[in-house]
Amino acid sequence: MRNSRLNNRRAVLLALSMASVFMMPSLASAESVLRIGMTAADIPRTLGQPDQGFEGNRFTGLTMYDGLTMWDLSSATKASVVIPGLATEWKVKDDDHTKWIFKLRPGVKFHDGSDFNADAVVWNVDKVLNKEAPQYDPSQIGVTASRMPTLVSAKKIDDLTVELTTKEPDSFLPINLTNLFMASPTKWQALYDKAEGADAKAKSTAAWAAFAKDASGTGPWKMAKFTPRERLELTKNDGYWDKNRIPHVDRMVLLPMPEANARTAALLSGQVDWIEAPAPDAVKEIEGRGFKIEKNEQPHVWPWQFSRIEGSPWNDIRVRRAANLCIDREGMRDGLLSGLMVPATGTFEPGHPWRGKPQFQIKYDLPAAQKLMKEAGYGPTKKLTVKVQTSASGSGQMLPLPMNEYLQQALAECYFDVKLDVIEWNTLFTNWRRGVKDPSANGSDAINVTYAAMDPFFALVRFLQSSMAPPVSNNWGYINNPKFDELVKKARTTFDDKERDEVLAELNAASIDDAAFLYVAHDVGPRALSPKIKGFVQPKSWFVDFSPVSIAP
Amino acid sequence: MLAYIARRIVYVVPIVLSVALVCFMLVHITPGDPLVAVLPADASQELAAQLRAAYGFDRPLPVQFGLWLWKALHGDLGTSIATGRPVLAEVMRAVSNTVTLAIAAAIIGFSFGLLFGLIAGYFRDTWIDKMATGIAIAGVSVPHYWLGMVLVIVFSVQLNWLPAVGAGPGGSGQWAWDWAHIRFLILPAITTSVIPMGIVTRTVRALTGDILSQDFVEALRAKGLRETGVFGHVIKNAAPTALAVMGLQLGYMLGGSILVETVFSWPGSGLLLNSAIFQRDLPLLQGTILVLALFFVLLNLSVDIAQALIDPRIKRA
Repeated sequence: MRNSRLNNRRAVLLALSMASVFMMPSLASAESVLRIGMTAADIPRTLGQPDQGFEGNRFTGLTMYDGLTMWDLSSATKASVVIPGLATEWKVKDDDHTKWIFKLRPGVKFHDGSDFNADAVVWNVDKVLNKEAPQYDPSQIGVTASRMPTLVSAKKIDDLTVELTTKEPDSFLPINLTNLFMASPTKWQALYDKAEGADAKAKSTAAWAAFAKDASGTGPWKMAKFTPRERLELTKNDGYWDKNRIPHVDRMVLLPMPEANARTAALLSGQVDWIEAPAPDAVKEIEGRGFKIEKNEQPHVWPWQFSRIEGSPWNDIRVRRAANLCIDREGMRDGLLSGLMVPATGTFEPGHPWRGKPQFQIKYDLPAAQKLMKEAGYGPTKKLTVKVQTSASGSGQMLPLPMNEYLQQALAECYFDVKLDVIEWNTLFTNWRRGVKDPSANGSDAINVTYAAMDPFFALVRFLQSSMAPPVSNNWGYINNPKFDELVKKARTTFDDKERDEVLAELNAASIDDAAFLYVAHDVGPRALSPKIKGFVQPKSWFVDFSPVSIAP
Repeated sequence: MLAYIARRIVYVVPIVLSVALVCFMLVHITPGDPLVAVLPADASQELAAQLRAAYGFDRPLPVQFGLWLWKALHGDLGTSIATGRPVLAEVMRAVSNTVTLAIAAAIIGFSFGLLFGLIAGYFRDTWIDKMATGIAIAGVSVPHYWLGMVLVIVFSVQLNWLPAVGAGPGGSGQWAWDWAHIRFLILPAITTSVIPMGIVTRTVRALTGDILSQDFVEALRAKGLRETGVFGHVIKNAAPTALAVMGLQLGYMLGGSILVETVFSWPGSGLLLNSAIFQRDLPLLQGTILVLALFFVLLNLSVDIAQALIDPRIKRA
């Protein structure tokens, strides 16, 4: 009897152990996978400094790498602000405002197991700023150096302290540093030692090419598999230094799908779980099938940038203000854009720390706009002809032609006769830098190029400061307003964050009062998500945090 | 025959050089900055000059062309500005995917094209002819991308039978000729095949009709040759022209279709060109155009030689 009970127990144990063996594969296959269709035609560069603008930073920058400073992406309602990243604190030196001391986060490791420390920071600064450094890579400097225009060098103080030097006092440095991602020097050196090449430069190029295929940063995601132009697979970094941001999903697959209808079809047929920028005319169909459309106001502006050279009709503030009052932005949002825009009343909207308190309220007020135009000498029988250079497509341009035609029609009510000069996107982008005085402007009075408004330099300074006129930067129309210049200077030399933000708010308010641009729309970064996706937060940013996202089986 | 082949090969050399010159000039004379992929519009002048020098765009155009051609002759098409990867590897990977698609599309398009063409030619001016011709005209007239989107809506979105995009569950790098991968190929191959199918149908129909009306066919029948024997003669007489047309069509398909490959996110040369154009990646654009043009030239050379082998009159011409 006892023997038979023992035998029964053995049989049960054997059955259980066998069942557990057979269940192993099913447990292994229980890996959660998030598949995303990107708008990019290629996987953004993976070696630390991504290309393809902020979409690149979103997918291959902030996932695998960290900066000394980072964006807070945790809230859908508050403005996204800069927070500590690999640096825990920073301060400009009291006796020399071109030198900053950054304290580094202890205990952080790269994906290859090496330590993140002051040497790694100096190495990463040198990769884009020090021509003599072996790791100096011209292909990375374009997208990096321009986003931190005043940084010149880094020096190690001790293992967890670095000193950064700027060429002039610049309080924007901590914001700019969100664009410098920390790649692993140890990993790169190992690849450099193995690389083949005729000289050090060739070996360096080969090492970076190898690094791009087997990247190592400190971010919450590690590179697992990379097929150029087709897919990038990332796995979660269990050892990430911020335990609250360890990804909930095991694996994330990024797939380039440049065509909006192809992305939409891939989502609807279940090939992916998430797509960026669904086709606007498919939004109803997507929602009708139970998918979610996520959107939020982005730091992005869709404007007309005015010519302010001698003889320009926009030199009259009444004309600039009239144009801003003549557009029914809500009508554009609800009709043409199917809800996929936020009406712009300036570069920053109320609630943003850099908004300020403008006196001039940008809204739709047709009688006021017509009155201003009449005061400026125009009317139904004397129309003002203006020519605008734009493109038929382009990154961030939303629907440039239909939107410009909408403006053309709306401004006709205010005695404007708008002519559109439509050119290819890359050509428009190049012309933007050349300015209104260049023959490439083709006699235009305004240019329609959208811009990102993540940091003060990109959002305000490069357009409003007189010294930023071409060929220096993007003050396309040669704005020359002493008040703007004074406020820019003051903001850059105010090192208390709160006070600096107040000056920037004053600058933004001044630009609205001056109707410096025709402010039309902010993009909302629409994305369509499978109903299986939980925990997603769409912040008021170009970026998102993939860590809290989970996916139901 | 050897002299004919040698003469044809010699003709190819100036064509290849002209192609290289034209594709270099075409991408350089278009307005815009060649460094737009890596140089934001807000970059400083110093940075722009530094990058221009690093990529060699500060040199005179003839020098740039000479250096590029010299490297190309040694199998180096340079490095992509946008990705930093070697152009030749990028192009060859994309071309191999396009070849897969082109062969699948050619099998579908040419088979149906020959079938419809022969039937229409044999039954000229009957309802069968009208039906086959109607299919051919529809094939030539329907826009690629529209048909692709319709197929995706029906077979991927509504019926969920076939995948909408991509080149296999793990990407083209893991391509295998099994059902898991072939199902990704079906919709793009059908979409790509409709135009060649239409053109081959029309060509073969015209050829068959023309040959059947000739005196020698009448003579063959009068001598008591069976209809299958006559059919053999028709095929042999139609083959050189049909082969030339199919070679040309295969060349077009090997060039990749920007529209079809973009609609299906098929990682071929068309999608690569699309990406190179939008990123204004000049080395990649030049390299891709050059390789595709060379393919076209070599394919035409092969077709010329094959024609001469089939029809001895051609090599005497």
